[in-house]
Amino acid sequence: MPWPKLTLTGISKSFPGVKALNEVGLELYAGEVTALIGENGAGKSTLVKSLTGIYQPESGEIRIDGNPVSMQTPYRAFELGIAAIHQETVLFDELSVAENIYLGHTPRTSFGLIDWRKLRSKARKVLDEMGAAHISEDTQLKELGIAKKHLVAVARAMSIDSHIVIMDEPTAALSHKEIEDLFTLIEHLKSEGKAILFISHKFDEIYRIADRYTVFRDGEMVGKGLIKDTDQKKIVQMMVGRSVDQIFPKNNIKIGAPILQVANLSHPTEFDDISFDLNQGEILGFYGLVGAGRSEIMQALFGITRASIGSVTLDGKQCQFRSPADAIKAGIVYVPEERGKQGIVADLPIYQNIGLPSLHKTSHNGVLQLAEEFALAREFTERLDLRASSLSQATGTLSGGNQQKVVVAKWLATQPRVIILDEPTKGIDIGSKAAVHAFMGDLVAQGLSVIMVSSEIPEVLGMSDRVVVMREGLIVDIKANDGTLTAEQLVMTAAGIFGAAA
Amino acid sequence: MSDTQIRRIPDRLDNPLRSAIFSWQSLLLLVATAIFVANSLATPYFLNPWSISDATFNFTEKALIALAMALVIISGEIDLSVAAIIAFCSTMMGFALQFGVGTFGLVVIGITTGLLCGAFNGALVSGLRLPSIVVTIGTMSFFRGLSFIVLGDQAFKGYPSSFAYFGQGYVWWVVSFEVVLFLIMAVIFYFVLHRTSFGRQIFVIGNNPVTAEFSGVRVRRIKFLLFCLTGVMSGLAAVLLTSRLGSTRPSIATGWELEVITMVVLGGVSILGGAGSIIGVVLAALIMGLVTFGLGLLNVPGIVMSIVIGTLLIAVIALPILAGRLRARMER
Repeated sequence: MPWPKLTLTGISKSFPGVKALNEVGLELYAGEVTALIGENGAGKSTLVKSLTGIYQPESGEIRIDGNPVSMQTPYRAFELGIAAIHQETVLFDELSVAENIYLGHTPRTSFGLIDWRKLRSKARKVLDEMGAAHISEDTQLKELGIAKKHLVAVARAMSIDSHIVIMDEPTAALSHKEIEDLFTLIEHLKSEGKAILFISHKFDEIYRIADRYTVFRDGEMVGKGLIKDTDQKKIVQMMVGRSVDQIFPKNNIKIGAPILQVANLSHPTEFDDISFDLNQGEILGFYGLVGAGRSEIMQALFGITRASIGSVTLDGKQCQFRSPADAIKAGIVYVPEERGKQGIVADLPIYQNIGLPSLHKTSHNGVLQLAEEFALAREFTERLDLRASSLSQATGTLSGGNQQKVVVAKWLATQPRVIILDEPTKGIDIGSKAAVHAFMGDLVAQGLSVIMVSSEIPEVLGMSDRVVVMREGLIVDIKANDGTLTAEQLVMTAAGIFGAAA
Repeated sequence: MSDTQIRRIPDRLDNPLRSAIFSWQSLLLLVATAIFVANSLATPYFLNPWSISDATFNFTEKALIALAMALVIISGEIDLSVAAIIAFCSTMMGFALQFGVGTFGLVVIGITTGLLCGAFNGALVSGLRLPSIVVTIGTMSFFRGLSFIVLGDQAFKGYPSSFAYFGQGYVWWVVSFEVVLFLIMAVIFYFVLHRTSFGRQIFVIGNNPVTAEFSGVRVRRIKFLLFCLTGVMSGLAAVLLTSRLGSTRPSIATGWELEVITMVVLGGVSILGGAGSIIGVVLAALIMGLVTFGLGLLNVPGIVMSIVIGTLLIAVIALPILAGRLRARMER
């Protein structure tokens, strides 16, 4: 039997605290599209980075046409004919289309200068061949929309005569019409005998374009096969399959009256007509695909972005937050998804991070009281079981999970009414995840209300009382999590399968 | 594993005394002492109370601005317009003098003009969210240009004799008014930066403005206040300098912005923001004052002095970095 175009076997890669890939395998065949399917954090991006020389796997083997190859640098991947088209295109806005296509392998004159005439004619030829005649090779890249940028990225892949093309969620930012164009192009690539790896969350696309599939879950390969032989439900099951060892400490709390009411909240570009209630003692899950607008809504509730219309009512009082400071004062706090950028000050010690929003309480007439700051930090870090050598340790030296505990401790110290957690366990190890989950249970037991934005289905199903499902800036459905709600229903609603959007 | 037992986390592990000894400030103190000794060995005229008192006039006015500049740089911004603000404040005082405004009025006008200039910078940076380096390069030319328009190649002279006290007077024996004012201000700035929640928020903003905003720190308001403060200190420096010189020319204090920033950086304030101390800035001001005065006593021309200051700056900044790298290599 002939070798597939590309064969990966036994690939493992770990990061501090996380095993991102555990002995995974993958095959790509010439002239076929293989879909790589998995939840966020399943290891898809890590695999792409291992394939393009950005990460070095600790073990495993990569073979092209059956010959083992090594991939130490991105340039080596390029030489081997592997081209990747990323979610957010990595191209250069200030350069022309032609320059972008030939960057790194620009035709040169005999003096070693750029041969502009040849560069432009070659770029023209590549664009025409792939049916992108409407893009001029002289346009500056920044003048193109995201869809055309993708086409330029594909043109770049064609120009290096790559045999293997990786597309990492290429449709995430595209409109319907643009997706159609992209699919035409993929068909064209298939007919040229390229082996294509197509990563997407959207099942309609996968069934439309892919020939084969491989499913990853929690860094492991859990299934593969031919698309035409496999039912959609079965793939969803493989993708979400709950592991039995995860126990969610959801206490039975009596849900009280509505505390936060959001009505018709809208934003010109990010979300529209958002209405929901949050009750006392409730954990309200927000589930949706990346880009569904969940974080944007939360940031509007927290006073970072301004919603154009709509109202927010807290405890029966209408609120207008012009800044996070206003929201914090009213009792709404936000644990951001981007922990390093928005959650912690990495170079400052733990106690200063925790005390930051409470400075007006710990200081007397504006004068710092270190003893009180330490006492506050100690109280909340011990409740969260923080692992640190001292409270004066720089926060950035902690592990991801412990950094998250610092952020949570910081907000609990302000004694909020509503705490918004945006992907609270993203990128943190299992042990810390359990601690964060346990703590959410404690929070509601104390009468707080929690909004939890999460893309991890087990977490959503394990922790939430109700689940708001979002798609493309709209609330599709609000489902009670009464024990009958299944992972499959959530995924299908969020992805718009079976007309569940209605 | 028992989770019932609460893990106790200590407040701090390092020994405060030990970290004080190995700090940037102690290095600066060492350098200052060395320069002091070198000065007294190099010239017999140095070790004399009046000489040392004279030496302080070399840096007190710049150092006053450096105190405020340290706060601005720690917050991640910069103000290049301080020298131009001095020129404009001095010009406004001279202008008021023509209408017979007295000493008290002149001081008020000088400081208020500084405040307004700083508020203008602050409004552009905080209100319009423009980068401060660009804004203050612009206002640097703008304020200086206004002074030239008012004065041309003329000078304002004839300040009242009571006005001369600020830049020429002595509080007690050899202790000048300028030195006393600087020391009081240094203590106040030390307290504000290191002992108040306002100061803490400045460090947070300089380290990570996004997290600061997300934590309820009113980032733009604080930055606006810091530019106002720098303006006020520049106005104060303008009062002292005008009083000391007894006249106003539009070219007054030319090039001071870089000397002020040199002091701040030499004092261990990170030019990227987020770290620094007032003690370091005070010591750096002392070092620069001693070096220029010592070289002056030796009749070294001004251009050579700036070469020495530049070399000193690079050497003092580079040494700890190189030492750190060497240590890292040894440990490996």
